[in-house]
Amino acid sequence: MAAPITSEPPAPPPRGWWRSRQMRLAPWLFLAPGIAFFALYVILPIFQSFHISLYRWDGLGEARYIGMQNYERLFDDPAFYTSLWNNVRWLLLYLLAIPGGLFIALFLNQQVRGIRLYKSLFFFPFVISQVVVGLVFAWFYNPSIGLLNPILGMFGAGPVNILGNPSTVTYGIIVAGLWPQVAYCMILYLTGLNAVDPEQVEAARLDGAKGWKMLWYVILPQLRPATFIAVVVTVIGALRSFDMVSVMTSGGPFGSSRVLAYYMFEVSLSEYGFRMGYGAAIAVILFLIMLVYIAFFLWRMWREERGV
Amino acid sequence: MFPTPVERRSTAVQATYKALLPLALILWLLPLLMVALFSVKPDADFTQGNLWGLPSSFAGFENYTRVFTDSAMPRYLLNSVFITVPTVIGAVALSCMTGFALGVYRFRGNIWIFFMFVAGNFVPFQILMVPVRDLTLSLGLYDTRMGLVLFHIAFQTGFCTLFMRNFIRALPRELIEAARVEGVSEIRIFWYIVLPLMRPAIAALSVLIFTFIWNDYFWAVVLTQGVESQPVTAGITAFNSQFRAAYHMMSAGSIIAALPPVMMFFLMQKHFIAGLTLGAVK
Repeated sequence: MAAPITSEPPAPPPRGWWRSRQMRLAPWLFLAPGIAFFALYVILPIFQSFHISLYRWDGLGEARYIGMQNYERLFDDPAFYTSLWNNVRWLLLYLLAIPGGLFIALFLNQQVRGIRLYKSLFFFPFVISQVVVGLVFAWFYNPSIGLLNPILGMFGAGPVNILGNPSTVTYGIIVAGLWPQVAYCMILYLTGLNAVDPEQVEAARLDGAKGWKMLWYVILPQLRPATFIAVVVTVIGALRSFDMVSVMTSGGPFGSSRVLAYYMFEVSLSEYGFRMGYGAAIAVILFLIMLVYIAFFLWRMWREERGV
Repeated sequence: MFPTPVERRSTAVQATYKALLPLALILWLLPLLMVALFSVKPDADFTQGNLWGLPSSFAGFENYTRVFTDSAMPRYLLNSVFITVPTVIGAVALSCMTGFALGVYRFRGNIWIFFMFVAGNFVPFQILMVPVRDLTLSLGLYDTRMGLVLFHIAFQTGFCTLFMRNFIRALPRELIEAARVEGVSEIRIFWYIVLPLMRPAIAALSVLIFTFIWNDYFWAVVLTQGVESQPVTAGITAFNSQFRAAYHMMSAGSIIAALPPVMMFFLMQKHFIAGLTLGAVK
């Protein structure tokens, strides 16, 4: 892809030569370093992973070609199905960040004193690293020191050990993940609400539109760009969930909170052995799921570009 | 404005709203407030079961000092700085150029190269993991900060190109056309005309990338191992096993680890939000 660059002559070209060609060469000159880096570290590895997934390889010794065997094994692997199912749960529940963010944005879209500080403070969980968010929530849930059980106790519920119970652990991690994600969607919607056309709102008010009706028919259509971005970043965030699973439970208890991203890492780089080929096969599956969204995003972008 | 501004409503509604605000905030930040409280408690409070009451004595000063004197935390923080800052510079520099090329010139393949950057930016990390780790090993850069920096620069170039290209598209084209008529070379147009106009985009991107890279955990675990090169997100797990069950110390350590991007956000809020919400408004 970076090939046209090599057509640069080695000696500094005469001024006239460069002059006449600069319009054609300049874009490639500016693109060369970026494309080279990106091709080497991002594009090429995607194809390499596809290739590696056809081998049995421990990362050091000889790789042995085994065709589709890694994939065949994958379909008999209960841990794979657990991870896949957890990914589905992540994906569906993570989408709650969008109405959640909208709700907080509507709550904060006022002009009282100090509201700017409130907005910042509501947003800033997003800025904290997911590792720390994971730790904070793990301690919050912790049955011996966490604040969750005393709170539940006030309502006569609990005690619970969310991260210790295979049937609740994934939900516990998702709630932790939702915290920064809701903040992100909130800021998208606050920006969107800022740009809502006040005349339309007033006109709709004169026509008697109020509350839900106003939100649904007048406001939400104007918030569509914000909603689109919120969906994209939330879906991608859900499929990328790795940090929290790793920090909060390491996939446990009994592997019940694994997701594909984490299981892939575990298979290829942990004490369970370096099964790079098998790991690559899991990564390929995850990639293919993501590809649906990437294609959708590009298609929309392409339509927009054509419209301009 | 929607919803109806509270100023236009009755005083009762206004009072309720103003009372709800701090309450909602406390509820929203509750887990974090708990950790902040832990971090200023003395060890004795935990053994005596005084978990959520006021600290029996204010130990914040000791706890936070110990994070810096009794652990490898300063080293991890320094590593994070030496990973994050070069990445920001590298990725922003590369994407100024790619964004300029894709935003200003019309040539065959323009849109496909642009789509390559955009698509690559959404790819799950796991599909890159094995080959990138291999490449880093073969370059002799495994377990070095340089190894991480190179990968981060490459990967962030995807998002940064998307950002810069769209920003440059929105600049007035007449400026560039006028300069061309005057016979100004393309490189000088980039350097003297377009780059100065890109300052707000550069600021916004720098803050965003700083946060993304500082908070990266996955690549830190995949490409580095020890205290020599690991950033603070990976180091915090080592820190926590050093202070196992000493919740006041672990809390203080986590807060220190999370602080730099938070400070960056509060200092550069305008740029940060402008960057994050690009595209949220037509």
